[in-house]
Amino acid sequence: MKEYMFLFRGGDSVTMKQSPEKWQAHMQRWGAWMGALANEGKFVGAQPLSREGKHVIGTKKAVTDGPFIEGKEVIGGYMICKASSFEEAMEISKGCPILEFETGVVEVREITEMA
Amino acid sequence: MEVQGIPDNPSAWLFRVAKNKAIDVIRRNKFSIQFDFTEGERRLLTSGYTMSGTMDTLWKEELIDDDMLRMMFACCRPEISAEGQITLILKTLCGFSTAEIAKAFLTSEENVTKRLYRTKEFFRENKTKLEIPSVDELKSRTNVVLNSIYLLFNEGYNSTDADQLIREDLIDEAMLLCKLLTENKHTQLSEVFALMALMCFHSARSSSRLTTEGEIILLPYQDRSKWNMELVNRGNEYMNKAAFGKEISTYHLEAAISYEHCIAPDFSQTNWPQILKLYEWLCALSSSPVSELNKIVAILHVHGPEIALSMLNNMAEKKKLEKYYLYHSLLGEIYSQLTEYAKAQSAYEEAIHLTRSETEKKC
Repeated sequence: MKEYMFLFRGGDSVTMKQSPEKWQAHMQRWGAWMGALANEGKFVGAQPLSREGKHVIGTKKAVTDGPFIEGKEVIGGYMICKASSFEEAMEISKGCPILEFETGVVEVREITEMA
Repeated sequence: MEVQGIPDNPSAWLFRVAKNKAIDVIRRNKFSIQFDFTEGERRLLTSGYTMSGTMDTLWKEELIDDDMLRMMFACCRPEISAEGQITLILKTLCGFSTAEIAKAFLTSEENVTKRLYRTKEFFRENKTKLEIPSVDELKSRTNVVLNSIYLLFNEGYNSTDADQLIREDLIDEAMLLCKLLTENKHTQLSEVFALMALMCFHSARSSSRLTTEGEIILLPYQDRSKWNMELVNRGNEYMNKAAFGKEISTYHLEAAISYEHCIAPDFSQTNWPQILKLYEWLCALSSSPVSELNKIVAILHVHGPEIALSMLNNMAEKKKLEKYYLYHSLLGEIYSQLTEYAKAQSAYEEAIHLTRSETEKKC
C-alpha cells in the first residue's frame, strides 16, 4: 500500500453556501466519501485550507500575496489516503465531491520517499 | 440574543452544549486523542472535513442511555478492586465528593483519594473499551454496578451533607441508574429488580422522616399516613418482577425487610419476628457490620435489651463498628431500656461526636 495526496482545487463553495441546505448536503457527501475510505482502513487524514495565505519566495524570503485571488488556482484542501496502485488512487479520486463542480480539480500525487 | 431563564427544552439544550464542548476538546487535542475510538473514527475526527459529521453519528441521543451503561460497566473492570470500581462510579458518573465517598465506605478522605488515583492509573495504562460485558461476565459485573447504585442511594437517604439529611437528588439519580438497568434487555437480572423494589420501599417513607424544620423523626413517631403508597405499590411491582432465578440476593432480603415496615399500620404492630428472620438470613448470606447492627435492633425488639447487649458485645467486627455512629446510638438505646442512663448518655455523646450531619446530631 502506498500513500497518495489529493489536492482539491476550484469548485464554487461561495455560491453554494448561499443555500445552507445544498451546502450541508454537499458536505455530507464529503464526509461519506472519506468515511467509506476510513471503513476500508485507507483514510489517513484530510484538512480544508483557508483561502487566505501568502507566498514566501527565494533567498530574499520575499513575501507576496500570491495567486490566491484566482479561485480555481487555490488549493482548497487536501486528503491523504492509501491505495495499492496509482490506478486505484485515480478511481478513488473520481468519487470526490469537488468534481460536482465544472471547475473542480483533484490533483493526485503519490507520496514518495526522499532519495 | 438576550438570554432568558431556562431554555424551552433544557435537555436538548444541555445536550447541544455538551456536544459543542466535546467538539472543542477534540479540536484542541486533534493529534493526541486518547479516547475510545476506532482507528477510522479517530482519523475522521481529526479532519476538518469529517469531524462534525462523525460527531453527529457518535452522538445520537438514543444511544446515550446505552453509553451511560457502558460507562458504568467500564468503571467496573474485574482488574480494579471492588472498592476502586465503586469509588470511580460515584466520583465520575454521580458527582460524589471525596468526603461523601469516605463516609459511604467508613474510611478516610485520604484513602479515597489514593484509591481514585490508583484506579485512574489503571485507565491511563490500559486503554479501556466502553462496552456492556458478555453474558458470562454480566452477573458478577452487574453486581458491582448495583452495589454502587445502592451506596449512592444510601448516601441520598442518609446524607453526609452537614445541614441536609435527605438528598433527593442522590436518591433520584440512584433510582434513575437502576431503572436504566431494568430497562436494558442485557441487564434485566432478578437482583436489579430487587434493588429497584428496595429503593421504592425506602423512598416511600422518606417524606415522613423529617419535620418541616428538617429535623429527624424516628420510625416509632413517624406519621405513616405520609408514606407514599404509590411508591410502595411500584416497589411491589418490581418485587414481583424480581421473583425469578435460582438465587436470592441481599437486595431481595433488604427489600422484604423494608416492605414489612411499609405495611405495618403503626410501629407497635411491626412484625419484628419476621424482620429478625430476614436479617438472620441476610447476615448468613452476606455478613456486613451494618446488617449485623440492624439484626441486633431486631433482636432488641423481639428478645429485649439484655440479649441485644450481649450480642452487641460479642460482635466479630466490633472494632470497625466502634467508628460508626449507629453502633453507639444503638448502644445508647439498649442502655436506656436497661435504665443505665449514665452509660446511655456517654454512648449517645459518642454517637453525636461521630456523625457529621447536623440533622442527625439532634436526634
